[in-house]
Amino acid sequence: MNRIPLRFHLNDAEIGEFIDSGTTLLSLLRDKLGLTATKSGCNQGSCGACTVLINGAPQLSCLVLAARCEGKSVATLEGVSDNGTLHPLQRAFMDGFAAQCGFCTPGMIIAAKALLDRNPDPDRGEVIDAISGNICRCTGYEPIIDAILAAAAEMRGGKRKSA
Amino acid sequence: MAKQRGRGMASVNYPTGMNLGGDPSQALIHATTTGSFVVTLSSVDLGQGLKTIMAQICAETLGIPTDNVIVDTADTDTGPHCMGTFASRGTHRIGNAIIMAAKEARAVLLEVAAEELEVNAADLETDGKGNIQIKGSPGKSISVLETALAAHFKHGRTISGRGIFLQPRSYPEPETGRMTPATCYAHACTVAEVEVDTETGEVAVLSLKSAYEVGRALNPRMVEQQIVGGAWMGISHALYETTEPYYPDRAHGPVDFNEYLMPGPGDLPKFENVVIERPAPDGPYGAKGVGEMTANSPIPAIANAIYDAVGVRIDSLPITPEKVLRALKAQAA
Ligand code: FES
Ligand code: FES
Repeated sequence: MNRIPLRFHLNDAEIGEFIDSGTTLLSLLRDKLGLTATKSGCNQGSCGACTVLINGAPQLSCLVLAARCEGKSVATLEGVSDNGTLHPLQRAFMDGFAAQCGFCTPGMIIAAKALLDRNPDPDRGEVIDAISGNICRCTGYEPIIDAILAAAAEMRGGKRKSA
Repeated sequence: MAKQRGRGMASVNYPTGMNLGGDPSQALIHATTTGSFVVTLSSVDLGQGLKTIMAQICAETLGIPTDNVIVDTADTDTGPHCMGTFASRGTHRIGNAIIMAAKEARAVLLEVAAEELEVNAADLETDGKGNIQIKGSPGKSISVLETALAAHFKHGRTISGRGIFLQPRSYPEPETGRMTPATCYAHACTVAEVEVDTETGEVAVLSLKSAYEVGRALNPRMVEQQIVGGAWMGISHALYETTEPYYPDRAHGPVDFNEYLMPGPGDLPKFENVVIERPAPDGPYGAKGVGEMTANSPIPAIANAIYDAVGVRIDSLPITPEKVLRALKAQAA
């Protein structure tokens, strides 16, 4: 494989790396940069555990060649909290008991963040659509849907329904 | 051709733990020099919340804040023996082992505190906030941290405890076949409402209403979490999941998440759950196991609801549209 240079924006940092041209973004994040919040569930685009934001849009990082991120902005769960202050989505997941094993949680929160960034007031169906590519084995989904709606309400300045 | 609705129910009588060669679990507890206590286990938290519940049980027995308990489930090579985290046994077996260990550690904690305060250990109590005080006069007290430091640096004592809970193996009586495979049973009942499409064979679960008798719910939110997650898994087993759709023929078996079907967030019914608490005499603070049973009763309840809706009995899982259509065809013939 060719070694190629790559520069991109990751959370709060500028990244410059030499990578093998076939490296996926998921592998770059986890294996090379040590950012392990993003999970590898299936490595073939069917579970959503590896979801990250690329220029604000949710993408499956197991299917994206890292080289395609040249010059782009990538956001992972590590960048969602603000200097140790949890994002409302993270707090709503905790307060709403929306994680058990937690394996799906990073992908769920990123998919939810992508939704709330473009639609701050989603209805239940829109939340379901937004996470329909993310598999959860533990929670039965309902607490996750409720947590996303609660976070959305809080971010709009309203009261949270749950917790 | 129409959509037909039906309702079915099923109940479950679920033994906590199992009866193979005896069912033991051990726990070790020791104080650190930071005033925290470490619970060492080789049991595993795989998302069901074992660490939280074990920290609660340990804190309750020691009389200290839950935040001051560290649960270490690190290593089955080096940890005290545990049969494992399955059969809904964790809370009951390991919890009981922790109570035994914490009682021993608490006795030492109070002895050391008694020497420091120059009183009788029997006159001491914990306030649950990290202090040990004389019963009835909270003015005279010593913190758990100071006590731990004194034990370590002045008295040369370990504030520690050993615990085991063993459910011995039960053999059947040769004459009657009677045996005691478990000491406590949790119970549940689920009512399912479904809608069957007689044209496509598809089954939609409209609602799942369950009542669970779990002994005592040590952490009610986590019990609720188990019940909803389990109900979803029950639907999944009833209608979706199989590795061998044409068992015993391996042909057409799924190889990935695209083919191994499970309900998604858009396929959820209305869940309604009730928890009933009837503390078990031998449970840790009355708790029984709730884990696995939550995926049990939804399955026969759904099968019964399908029978109620369209009059066909499907006796193999999952109940796929193909099986429903074949059964309807046979019924019409
Ligand atoms: S790991 Fe990328 S979708 Fe499963
Ligand atoms: S919490 Fe375990 S997969 Fe979602």
